[in-house]
Amino acid sequence: MIRIEGLTKRFGGTAVLNAIDLEIAKGERVVVIGPSGTGKSTLLRCINFLDRPDAGRITVGDISVDATRASRADILALRRATAFVFQNYGLFAHRTAQENIMEALITVQKRPRAEAEAQARRILKEIGLADKADSYPASLSGGQQQRVGIGRAMAIGAQLMLFDEPTSALDPEWVGEVLDLMRSVAAQGQTMLIVTHEMRFAREIADRVIFMEGGRIVEQGPPAQIFDAPQDPRLQRFLARVSA
Amino acid sequence: MLGLVPVILGYVPLTLAMASAAMVLALVLAVALAVERVFRVPILDQLVLLFISFFRGTPLLVQLFLFYYGLPQVLSFLTAIDGVTAAIMGLTLHFAAYMAETIRAAIIGVDRSQWEAAQSIGMTQGQMMRRVILPQAARVAAPTLVNYFIDMIKGTSLAFTLGVTEMMGAAQKEAAGSFLYFEAFLVVAVIYWIMVEGLSQAQKALEIRLNKAYAR
Repeated sequence: MIRIEGLTKRFGGTAVLNAIDLEIAKGERVVVIGPSGTGKSTLLRCINFLDRPDAGRITVGDISVDATRASRADILALRRATAFVFQNYGLFAHRTAQENIMEALITVQKRPRAEAEAQARRILKEIGLADKADSYPASLSGGQQQRVGIGRAMAIGAQLMLFDEPTSALDPEWVGEVLDLMRSVAAQGQTMLIVTHEMRFAREIADRVIFMEGGRIVEQGPPAQIFDAPQDPRLQRFLARVSA
Repeated sequence: MLGLVPVILGYVPLTLAMASAAMVLALVLAVALAVERVFRVPILDQLVLLFISFFRGTPLLVQLFLFYYGLPQVLSFLTAIDGVTAAIMGLTLHFAAYMAETIRAAIIGVDRSQWEAAQSIGMTQGQMMRRVILPQAARVAAPTLVNYFIDMIKGTSLAFTLGVTEMMGAAQKEAAGSFLYFEAFLVVAVIYWIMVEGLSQAQKALEIRLNKAYAR
């Protein structure tokens, strides 16, 4: 189980995250929606300590980290229990698709090379890129790069997979294949926390949708409730704007 | 004049050995200095800045004289150091200061997404530098570093001033005996030139290899 308590992040004087509380059950798929600049990405980045939270506690399985006195070891443990999929893919530019997927297994998890290779090849097949194992990121399309990005996250075997607007940087023609892959990751029971602007996808994949504005969770519930019967006027306005 | 060629060629291995040893040591030192400059370890950072400032701010020849002729008067254990060792040390420290800045700039130039991706998969800082950042910085820094190596090869001729008989010293001796000054130094110049040209070819091959991942 994942529990976030009082997670707060300030940039300069403004609180981008305002004491966020959130629990995610094992296997649950939570989608975060909301206007830009309301802290959705910061929430994900703080869970991974890519941005260091100013206050709050993050618990993933039996790892529990207090943001105000997180040690280097705490941060590593937390990162190793989670996986991050970036908007801009973030593939290691000097490594092939297969090496990208293997990297965490070899360097971080210290698994034997043969084992890591076998797993990377399994994942490459799963993400439909078995024939691109030896291609470098620069020679892959945006959609292919993001599939490798998801493949790299899958390899870690994380308790929680974080998706930070995984399709926002993609040309429209590649969005479908990335969403398809996320569906198949979801079908494997992976716990997922997803920030996205793809509302139809959110409705389809989410067990729960969270609407954030101004660094707070304003409303949350099952997709049918959030999209068909929104209560808060801010959510109503937001939905009117994105569907227009 | 042609008789001079094999005599002076006989000293090429010494020149290359001095330059290669200094290059390897300077690279190791420069990477350490550069990484420190990126992470700015308190106190150490001031020392590194002072080191870089001094070795960039004074001429190589002055540094060599200071170490070989000057320092042993103050630190007696340095008396035992021979000219070759002193030259290698001097070249190492001098060029490490320059290379550190090149490498630091290359490290900082590695895209932020690469640092974050490395962190997100749970790498330690050491793993991140070794596996992700330095290999990518190497590609950017390589042409400049090869340039410094070229400078270093030519810089070994200053070992002559520390009493080392290398190519320059050998030419000087030959010329003094035969009065063929022009010929002797011309042979030295041409041999240096050929070595550097060879290195330029090697640089092209190296760049192609380092750019392999970035071809579209």
